[in-house]
Amino acid sequence: MDFDVIVIGAGPGGYVTAIRASQLGLKTAIIERENLGGVCLNWGCIPTKALLKSGELYEQLDHLSDYGLAITGRSYDFTKVIERSRGVAKQLSSGVAFLMKKHKIEVIEGSAKLEKAAPAPKVVVALKAGGSRTLTAKHVILATGARARTIPAVGLVPDGERIWTYREAMVPKTAPKSMIVIGSGAIGIEFASFYRALGAEVTVIEALDRILPVEDEEVSKAAQKAFEKRGLKFRVAAKVSKLSKSKTGVSVALEAKGKAETLEAEVAIVAVGIDGNVEDMGLEALGLKIDRGHVVIDRHGVTNVPGLYAIGDVAGPPWLAHKASHEGVHCIEHIAGLKDSGLTAPIPGCTYANPQVASVGLTEAAAKAAGIEVKAGRFPFRVNGKAIAAGETEGFVKTVFDAKTGALIGAHMIGAEVTEMIQGFAIAMTLEATEEDLFETVFAHPTLSEAMHEASLDAYGRVLHI
Amino acid sequence: MSIDILMPALSPTMEEGTLAKWHVKPGDTVKAGDVIAEIETDKATMEVEAVDEGEIEAVLVPEGTEGVKVNAVIAKLKGEGDGAAPPPVKADAPKAEAAPAPKAEAAPAPKAEAAPAPAPAPAPQPAQTTAAPKTDGDRVFASPLARRLAQQAGLDLGGVTGSGPHGRIIKADIEAARGKAPAIAQPAGAAAAAGPRQVQSLEQQGIPAGSYDLIPLDGMRKTVARRMTDSFRDVPHFPLTIDIEIDGLLAARAKINALLEKDGVKVSVNDMVIKACAVALKRVPEANASYTPEGIAMHHHADIAMAVALDHGLITPIIRAAETKGLAQIAVETKDLAARARDKKLKPEEFQGGTFSVSNLGMFGIKSFASIINEPQGAILSVGVGEKRPVVKNGELAIATVMTVTLTCDHRVVDGSVGAKFLSALKPLLEEPLTMIV
Repeated sequence: MDFDVIVIGAGPGGYVTAIRASQLGLKTAIIERENLGGVCLNWGCIPTKALLKSGELYEQLDHLSDYGLAITGRSYDFTKVIERSRGVAKQLSSGVAFLMKKHKIEVIEGSAKLEKAAPAPKVVVALKAGGSRTLTAKHVILATGARARTIPAVGLVPDGERIWTYREAMVPKTAPKSMIVIGSGAIGIEFASFYRALGAEVTVIEALDRILPVEDEEVSKAAQKAFEKRGLKFRVAAKVSKLSKSKTGVSVALEAKGKAETLEAEVAIVAVGIDGNVEDMGLEALGLKIDRGHVVIDRHGVTNVPGLYAIGDVAGPPWLAHKASHEGVHCIEHIAGLKDSGLTAPIPGCTYANPQVASVGLTEAAAKAAGIEVKAGRFPFRVNGKAIAAGETEGFVKTVFDAKTGALIGAHMIGAEVTEMIQGFAIAMTLEATEEDLFETVFAHPTLSEAMHEASLDAYGRVLHI
Repeated sequence: MSIDILMPALSPTMEEGTLAKWHVKPGDTVKAGDVIAEIETDKATMEVEAVDEGEIEAVLVPEGTEGVKVNAVIAKLKGEGDGAAPPPVKADAPKAEAAPAPKAEAAPAPKAEAAPAPAPAPAPQPAQTTAAPKTDGDRVFASPLARRLAQQAGLDLGGVTGSGPHGRIIKADIEAARGKAPAIAQPAGAAAAAGPRQVQSLEQQGIPAGSYDLIPLDGMRKTVARRMTDSFRDVPHFPLTIDIEIDGLLAARAKINALLEKDGVKVSVNDMVIKACAVALKRVPEANASYTPEGIAMHHHADIAMAVALDHGLITPIIRAAETKGLAQIAVETKDLAARARDKKLKPEEFQGGTFSVSNLGMFGIKSFASIINEPQGAILSVGVGEKRPVVKNGELAIATVMTVTLTCDHRVVDGSVGAKFLSALKPLLEEPLTMIV
């Protein structure tokens, strides 16, 4: 047996799993076919945040006069914006390399294939440097992540030139003047927000009847309003019938509310979801249970194949880095025989557009659909002292409580810094807080977070500052 | 700093136990590994070993106390630096009086009589005689939501085992407990509707007090009562009976035992039944299954539990993967397990689990009986006496040694035809034991 554990894929799920494995005294190897850190560090979460920061600062320059400041003229160097984003990704990826070394985890660069064996499948790696290596371990963990979904039937396939996925959208040579974004989830909205900030004409197409469809309906509505104020255009309940290329750009034929329409732009971004990376690894031959492109697992990442586990994006939604890391830790602790914490921690989700959107737990509608009697509270930032002082009065905080038990079951926010505030509610929910605990918690003044306190009070008719 | 010695969990499912015996008393010095007490759980008596070394400062739970919760403080060990000399107190300390009694202040127990006396050496006899001991280790940790759910359900948190971090009681624990435990504070009147059956006292049923002796329910008796009641009430069970001629089996057994005599191994009929069941279960795997709400668990191995009668109860130690074991090995294991079961020395993993049970009352001359299913197993085989009976062979009356066996099946997983298939696989294995090795 070469290793106790082999982790396939060094994204935020895989590399965190490997570190935890090493902490637990397991001899661990990690296999990566591309970059340490995976999509998150190299092509996702992190480099987009660098881009968005540039966009946000640039946008703010327009509002300096609101704060009594003056500047004349503004411009940007697109190449430098992209370079900065790449530099950030590179710095973090080498950070992961350091962490692997520190924890004595063997990093093997190449593509893995699995073969039937006991107690766990054998791992054959086609090495990046040439040749191959066959490895055995007691446990093999699939953390191969996911990639942008494509829909060839209607032309939703990237060509690398005019039709992009998140990947091409991260490194274009020049900033497009116009753009169509297909899909209004977090990825679509973030790119739309960034390119709009730099001045592009951007239209976002969403198949469902509202943007950011996983969010609470009130948040979706407020987000669309806020984005439209910034010049973004939307087509909701719109079905793309054909995306095609022309010499100068792309055209999208769509049907919205029974009306056919054709939109033109320089480029298009396809952001219609994610498919798990389950191909070309010999998983079919192992008889691994796969459902709609994702490996089927239990609470601990256990699959139906002995010795094989899966975590993160490849094991299904929500496709979030922190969900992958958390699942990975659960999985490896289960393998090491540690006790399950028993907690069912809700997974927060964040969209880093301007304004930001963050949520955790059930939406009001989802809670009602689950038959829960709900008490919901709201508090707008426009009456929050800190928000007024900072000139960030857009947005609100919404809380959802189980009326019978007082348990906080959902929280939804839109506004400045809400992606940093959501953790407060996530901790409360993980610790199974009730309304009383939130009432009793002392929130510092003046902070945006006070809106969290007020939204909790509001659910019980006790709001103070409205 | 004294070190708390906690009530250990001797098995994953253990919630409470009886502190059967102390091997140490205050003032004794112990080192790691020393046996300090014996704990009786619902299934077995186990020894508790010291983890740290030091001097026993106080024994907080008297011998024979029942229902001691897991993780309750049962004794205290004097830690390092706690030596005989009390910590120096500065003469000019303004609160010198308070110094000797810091523990009394810290103890959250509100009852004055339960708090340790404010002397340097706390009195070893806590003043409780009833129910669960309330030591200062008894502070119940529970999430806010768990507290509220328990309150709404009228559940006593003290009776709930916490599965969260550091044993904290979380929502899931209350939900699990609500499914099982009776509410302690049932609103009067409303109880009758769906609650557990109301038991009348013997007096109410016309048996006067004093006309009988009352043996307290020990852990095993409570477990047998609970598990059998649950199983008989909740599992839709039915029996299937078949006669098996065992002359061939007895002859084979005599031969085998003659061969094994030099090794001092003796194979019993029951050992051969266990082996035959294991082989039959591999041939009819549908009978080696458990019903769960998520699906039917098809067990990989035939882990055969055998009922062993004890003085005041019974226990079912397990022959793991019996299909992979030879008769000699099974014989050695059953003898060892039965002996240790009678001494109450089995480890939890030796009697928990199991995919199928065998119960044999043949030695008492019982002709046939139908056992109650040992959940979550799908079936249990009840083995009667092997006796000479008239049989019809080739149209003529003849004499054969016949044994009647009854399979009780959990209909949720073992249907009639599956049970019958199992018995028809079992019968030839016992009538012609040579086929077991084919």
